[in-house]
Amino acid sequence: MAEFLMPSLGADMETGKLIEWEKHPGDNVKRGDVIAVVETQKGAIEIEVFEDGVLESCLVELDTPVPVGTVLAIIKTATDNNTSVDTDFKEVNSASEPESSEHKNTSSAEPQFANAKEVSAIGDTEDRFFSSSQSDRVKISPAAKREANKRSIDIASLTGTGIDGSIILADLEQSAKAGDRISGNTINSVAEMQSSSPESTGMRTAIAAAMSRSKREIPHYYLSHTITLTATRQFLQEYNLNRNPEKRLLSGALYMKALALAVKKYPEFNGFYSEDGFQQAESTHIGMAINIRGGGLVAPAIHDVLTLDLDTLMVKLRQLVESVRAGRFSAAALADPTITLSSLGERGVDSLYGVIYPPQVAIIGIGTPTRRPIEAEGAIAFSDSVTITLAADHRVSDGHRGALLLRKIDSLLQTPGAL
Amino acid sequence: MTTRELEHTVAEELMKIAPDIEFSDVDLDEDLREEFDIDSMDFLKLVSALCTRLEISIPESDYPSILTVSNLSQYLEEKTVLE
Repeated sequence: MAEFLMPSLGADMETGKLIEWEKHPGDNVKRGDVIAVVETQKGAIEIEVFEDGVLESCLVELDTPVPVGTVLAIIKTATDNNTSVDTDFKEVNSASEPESSEHKNTSSAEPQFANAKEVSAIGDTEDRFFSSSQSDRVKISPAAKREANKRSIDIASLTGTGIDGSIILADLEQSAKAGDRISGNTINSVAEMQSSSPESTGMRTAIAAAMSRSKREIPHYYLSHTITLTATRQFLQEYNLNRNPEKRLLSGALYMKALALAVKKYPEFNGFYSEDGFQQAESTHIGMAINIRGGGLVAPAIHDVLTLDLDTLMVKLRQLVESVRAGRFSAAALADPTITLSSLGERGVDSLYGVIYPPQVAIIGIGTPTRRPIEAEGAIAFSDSVTITLAADHRVSDGHRGALLLRKIDSLLQTPGAL
Repeated sequence: MTTRELEHTVAEELMKIAPDIEFSDVDLDEDLREEFDIDSMDFLKLVSALCTRLEISIPESDYPSILTVSNLSQYLEEKTVLE
């Protein structure tokens, strides 16, 4: 039997809200199947199961925020020969957490609860999730409370449908919809609710939390280097000449592959920093910072970039951007970038100095290419060039090695055919 | 198709990529990447969608002549007449 837990989708994530079950009790599940969709501050994220088996039971209600590490479902695996599902709280709490091996940070999460009914049995624990304030004596989830305060909704007027009659976010929406039919005033609040979707407010909070932590904990140092793009421009021009648009390469794919090859040689920029110090990553999962229309950004990873040829890499990059723009992507991509790449694109400025996304230890910034005068064989010539930067963690590496990393990326981009 | 009809086609494809931008607020003679706040991936998507929909090819070397909505519509008119 295996527990399916609310995953940590980033160091800044404390709670997640289940918004959809893709599988139902009794369904067969295979490793890699999407079994649920979680709404986080980053958007709707599909989460995958890590074992083959049968979905035995779903333990949390939809639309209720639960802490990272909460058991969401029980999966009966092939090795199970007993059919009873033991959802005793202690058992659940002390059981091994096979799924969470790559999310070690979850140990600081609140204690888990096994299912809705047992919340009241746990007693004290309940108040951690659902504050029952003395002043209003109305049970309300923290997320709903924030939202109610923001929209100046009198929570006493709401009917709770959550655990133990607590008011949850869905109740606010329900009340807004009901009001919509009555007064013009509430229509505004519905519109406000839509405009204050995860992209605009929750995501800003998530970015603020992660970046504040980064600047508080990570002693950044910065380097920059300007690269001539004559070779890559020519390569792309020839490569894309007779290709349909959907087969064309963008320079982003070249930067990603060059970075993957460069950190293979300088591995102290690829990995994670934790209490135990730096841990070098075995694979190269490059996070790509992707801008979200209307504000915010996320940096999900493309996995094992080192093993991908340029065409495959480009396909994956396109899929990743499309899924982010559609507001829905897989948990696997968010969980584990080992280094991040952030590119300003064609309409930005000369250079971008990134802020490292903890627990990573480096971020590469790509500025906007411009035409600049360069020295060529004793004369001045003009060439497209781009400034690339490195922000890296001084606890792990020094400027000397950082400079070698940037030079390596430079030299790799001078022979793009070999990427 | 007339330039106006093609402009409508371009507008429809751009709305899919940048649903938050009002087409009526856009200056048709300015760089559409600025006007619609789209990046190179979005631009590639636009080119791709137009090629499929109008059954034409748009080589990369023509990108400089399709950077505003007006220029793009005009370009598409010439292309659809030719091909």
